[in-house]
Amino acid sequence: MTTPVPLLEVVQQARQNGDFSEFIAAIPYWRFMGLSARVDDEQLTGVLHYSDPLIGNPVLPALHGGTIGALLETTAVLELFYRAETVVIPKTINLTVAYLRSGKPVDTFAKARITKQGRRIVSVQIEAWQDDRARPIASASANFLVTPAG
Amino acid sequence: MGADEASDKAEKLARLDQGFAGGIPHNKALGLKFVNFDGATAWLRLPYDKKLVGNPHTGVMHGGAITSMLDAACGAAVFLALKRMGPIATLDLRIDYLKSGLAHKDVMCRTECYKLTRHIAFARGIAYHDDESDPIACATGTFAIGTKGAPIPGTK
Repeated sequence: MTTPVPLLEVVQQARQNGDFSEFIAAIPYWRFMGLSARVDDEQLTGVLHYSDPLIGNPVLPALHGGTIGALLETTAVLELFYRAETVVIPKTINLTVAYLRSGKPVDTFAKARITKQGRRIVSVQIEAWQDDRARPIASASANFLVTPAG
Repeated sequence: MGADEASDKAEKLARLDQGFAGGIPHNKALGLKFVNFDGATAWLRLPYDKKLVGNPHTGVMHGGAITSMLDAACGAAVFLALKRMGPIATLDLRIDYLKSGLAHKDVMCRTECYKLTRHIAFARGIAYHDDESDPIACATGTFAIGTKGAPIPGTK
């Protein structure tokens, strides 16, 4: 049995250098999904790398709605880790996804924006797109309960 | 229920499970099982799997896996409600996470299509471990009916 990596330290490092790869690698579900994140000019983008097991409609074909939901939620969580003044542990209260276009079998990207940072509750808006940022395939709003880490 | 009815139901359930788990790659990857149905109500199971863990310290499965399960299960309830099977598309889905799940335990869900109109279907459901009255999450979804693409295999 392997000991889980100390997530708090990994998050602190990612906040400093903008490299979330070690943090993402520590979460089995994110590895399973093929999720990653990149930071350019202090802007975080979540990426859902396409693979066949993400398909929900094999006829179209189109991504499973749940995989887009997972990208939106994960991007919001990473944005909170990256942006919050201190390291916080976010717990998802709820997530509402509007599916705007079917997800093609290609890589999908997402950006999150914190719309209200309260002491305990943070509200986030997230948008996902594929080849054209101006044509989002889904948007979401989510609320998180945050508690200071450590 | 008579013996014939029971075997019809078992056959339909096997077809649904085959169509939803075998015919939909992501449901198959998650390991989703169609375990029961009654009218337009569906019961699905997400077996506990280490690859779906969201917090390696607690071993609890990630909320994203439960979101995918509830999305699939709300869609399944809509298929059960439709008299003529056709493709559907999720318009929106809201998930409320009511409490943390437990490690090393399967997640069950029960979803129902509670209103079907000509173009839109409304579904809702809950996810839980053992007790439906003690849910982990609840979901509400709306679906467009008669969208592009062929029906899900096994649901004809």
